[in-house]
Amino acid sequence: MTGVGRPEAEGNGRGYLADRGWRSWAFTLDHKRIGAMYLWTTTVFFLIGGVFALLLRLELLSPQARYFSNHAYNVFFTLHGAMMIFLFVIPAIPSGLGNFLIPLHIGARDVAFPRLNLASYWVFAAGFLVIIGSLVAPMDTGWTFYTPYSAKSAAAVTTLSLGIFLIGMSSILTGLNFIVTIHKLRAPGMTWHRLPLFIWGMYATSIIQVVATPVVGVTFLLLAAERIFGVGFFDPTKGGDPVLFQHFFWFYSHPVVYVMILPAMGIVSEVIPVFSRKPIFGYKAIAYSSMAIAFIGFLVWGHHMFTSGMSPLANKIFSFLTFFVAVPTAVKVFNWIATLYRGSITFESPMLYALTFIFLFIVGGLTGPFLGAMATNVQLHDTYFVVAHFHYTMMGGTVMGFFAGLHYWFPKMTGKMVNEKVARAAWALIFVGFNVTFFTMFIAGTRGMPRRYAEYLPKFQVENTISSIGSAVLAAGILVMCWNFLQGLRKGAAAPANPWRALSLEWKAASPPETENFHEIPVVTEWPYGYGTPKA
Amino acid sequence: MDNVLAFGAASSQAGRVDALFVMIAGIGGFFFFLTQGMLIYFAVKYRRRVPGRDNETPTITDHPLLEFLWILIPSLVVVAIFYYGWQVYTDQRIPYAGETEVHVTGKQWMFEVKYPDGRTAINEIRVPAGKPVKFLLSASDVLHGFYLPDFRVKMDMIPGRVTTLWVQPERPGSYQIFCTVYCGTGHSNMLAQLIVMPQAEYAEWLERGGREGGEAGGKEPLHARGERVVKGAGCLSCHAVDGKGKIGPNFRGLFGSTVPLEGGTSVTADEEFLRESITDPGAKVVKGYPNVMPTYKASMPPDDVRAVVEYLKTLK
Ligand code: HEM
Ligand SMILES: [Cu+2]
Repeated sequence: MTGVGRPEAEGNGRGYLADRGWRSWAFTLDHKRIGAMYLWTTTVFFLIGGVFALLLRLELLSPQARYFSNHAYNVFFTLHGAMMIFLFVIPAIPSGLGNFLIPLHIGARDVAFPRLNLASYWVFAAGFLVIIGSLVAPMDTGWTFYTPYSAKSAAAVTTLSLGIFLIGMSSILTGLNFIVTIHKLRAPGMTWHRLPLFIWGMYATSIIQVVATPVVGVTFLLLAAERIFGVGFFDPTKGGDPVLFQHFFWFYSHPVVYVMILPAMGIVSEVIPVFSRKPIFGYKAIAYSSMAIAFIGFLVWGHHMFTSGMSPLANKIFSFLTFFVAVPTAVKVFNWIATLYRGSITFESPMLYALTFIFLFIVGGLTGPFLGAMATNVQLHDTYFVVAHFHYTMMGGTVMGFFAGLHYWFPKMTGKMVNEKVARAAWALIFVGFNVTFFTMFIAGTRGMPRRYAEYLPKFQVENTISSIGSAVLAAGILVMCWNFLQGLRKGAAAPANPWRALSLEWKAASPPETENFHEIPVVTEWPYGYGTPKA
Repeated sequence: MDNVLAFGAASSQAGRVDALFVMIAGIGGFFFFLTQGMLIYFAVKYRRRVPGRDNETPTITDHPLLEFLWILIPSLVVVAIFYYGWQVYTDQRIPYAGETEVHVTGKQWMFEVKYPDGRTAINEIRVPAGKPVKFLLSASDVLHGFYLPDFRVKMDMIPGRVTTLWVQPERPGSYQIFCTVYCGTGHSNMLAQLIVMPQAEYAEWLERGGREGGEAGGKEPLHARGERVVKGAGCLSCHAVDGKGKIGPNFRGLFGSTVPLEGGTSVTADEEFLRESITDPGAKVVKGYPNVMPTYKASMPPDDVRAVVEYLKTLK
């Protein structure tokens, strides 16, 4: 059991939500409020991105363009992808849950630089305002912005690039803040090997954010320069190289899939032990594999470019390295499963989502080797197989991890409980809808359906229809979940300080925590996973 | 013909890719049932029996042997998959001898087809069965992709570059070609057919000058046009075509030879090297020759460059 000054939080101070009025939010230096603002903002973008997804699936009910023009379809998939990636998955867990939890988890009163933290939120907000501004001439380039198309397109690519540049800046600031916080503000006795695994995931994530994000910033500046001044970095008629953009882009965007997934893996590593009442199996392996994934993740960007005319040797090297990301990932999965062994498992909603994460992530992970092996990649690249693969990892993985985290920490964040029955019903819809929607895409892709197609050959009709029906079920599940959260917020039962009987530090604070988190900085004497009968 | 694992494989290479696919699916399937099975089995078996009271749980925090094994075994498995994937890929990328050549240029939103003898067509490529075909791919505006699902291959089409793709169609028939790199509004309508004809029929079709289907255009063979361009563009003031040396390297026998470069490396003089030497002569400087050639990037349209390359290939 983690040694803390007092056994239970006293809760006699003012909860962090006590202050009212917009100023108390807009100028707050409290990491919990800033985290909450990020959560609200990113969740809204998740829902908008989801609406675009439903429009896509609606159009794909029929092989011909029936409801929208091809151009409209192209705009929708661009906005869907760009919003989901840049405005939702990248910021939601790190900046939202991370901001809220890191100081609580390590027994600190706030992050290292609270003003910088507030600034990073407002830079992010400026970024999304600019992105909304770009909707005057909506983007149709795909979230990957490949040149020369993006350099020529009449859409507001320059504006959007600026928006993403700002969002990247915010991401770098947050990452820096977290690295310093984790190094400097750990409570007495909180050694590196007593850090919760969520913190390890966030630490690896922050390093990627700080190292990789500048690259995408510069890339978008180059693209803007190309469009405004016609410089010709990517234009072959001016001596540029159209494929160079892809190298820059994926040098950032591959590592960034780990910014999306590592924090979610951290959440799952928190939830599984609590609801199994067993210590996490292989703590060090999970912690170090986060670092290994972050490191190897920088070396594999070329696997997005096996058919771009790179030399066969380069392809081989990238393929080889790609496979080595799979190993630390597999280790984590085995560790989670081993943690269940002989546990005392209960299935409250956080656990259901954590188990779903593992289930779907295994499917995503096992379909990775089809894409990592060169010969099958050449067949499957840019088909719906890839679409299915990354939805299983990013939505099945990251988003399920996010949902697990939201259900798990909802009592802490709001001081209220959600209705468990409704939460489970929503989960069932989401689980079924998800698999129906995305598994069929593996089949369509294997049979040759290319991605980003507004119209398709009639022979792919069956898969597409099933997938569209699945997406309606999935959407219904998500709506029920959102409704349940809102209900919980409005009239949920009051939450005790530690409803799940967890051992990590955040549960020692009141629900909701007071402004400075802890009356006394706790002293840590053990790691956070000491469940089960003590060793003899 | 259209089942999931092998939807109408149209070449022997496609069969090998399918075999790789099945192998990965087999290994993946094994680990799928193993891991999901354990996940579900543990979740059910070790669920809390008495509500409100924990089962007794043991403290198990590590198991060095088990952990070593589950690092070692996945590592071996992925190396095996990598190795096999690489073998099949290498096979696909090795040039065939005696191939039929077709130039295909991606353009918003169509595939422009040019045969070395000057025939042209749009969105339709005819080739003989049982003989290797080499596609020389390029693009005139933005990136496009050239995807032959029945052959399990694709290659990006890139402005200002020539990429290559080889296949050997075994069965006559008509095969779908998709554009796979997003290229704007008409991306999903950028479709074409690869028509594989029995050899006799193909010969007959050639005989008729390839009229049916293709556009009947001017019939000047590409290499003849290339010769005209070379004479008109001043190439011959520096390059000879008869074996003698001049300011620049000799053209005869150049194609396919290994060219030593300044700096000690060397390259094979393939289509892409010839094209690059015309549009960007400074990129790879041939050993022993001064880097004085002007770039023809602005003055020579891509079609002419293509024709010149075809012409240079005839100088055996
Ligand atoms: C950690 C979780 C993972 C995430 C979040 C993830 C995410 C993604 C994303 C977003 C793409 C889309 C690229 C596009 O838009 O074209 C992608 C493609 C790819 N992924 Fe993953 N991935 C993960 C795991 C893996 C694993 C374990 C492997 C291989 C062993 C893998 C191999 C690939 C390859 C080779 C591609 C390129 C596919 C192509 O475009 O042909 N990924 N992944
Ligand atoms: Cu295209």
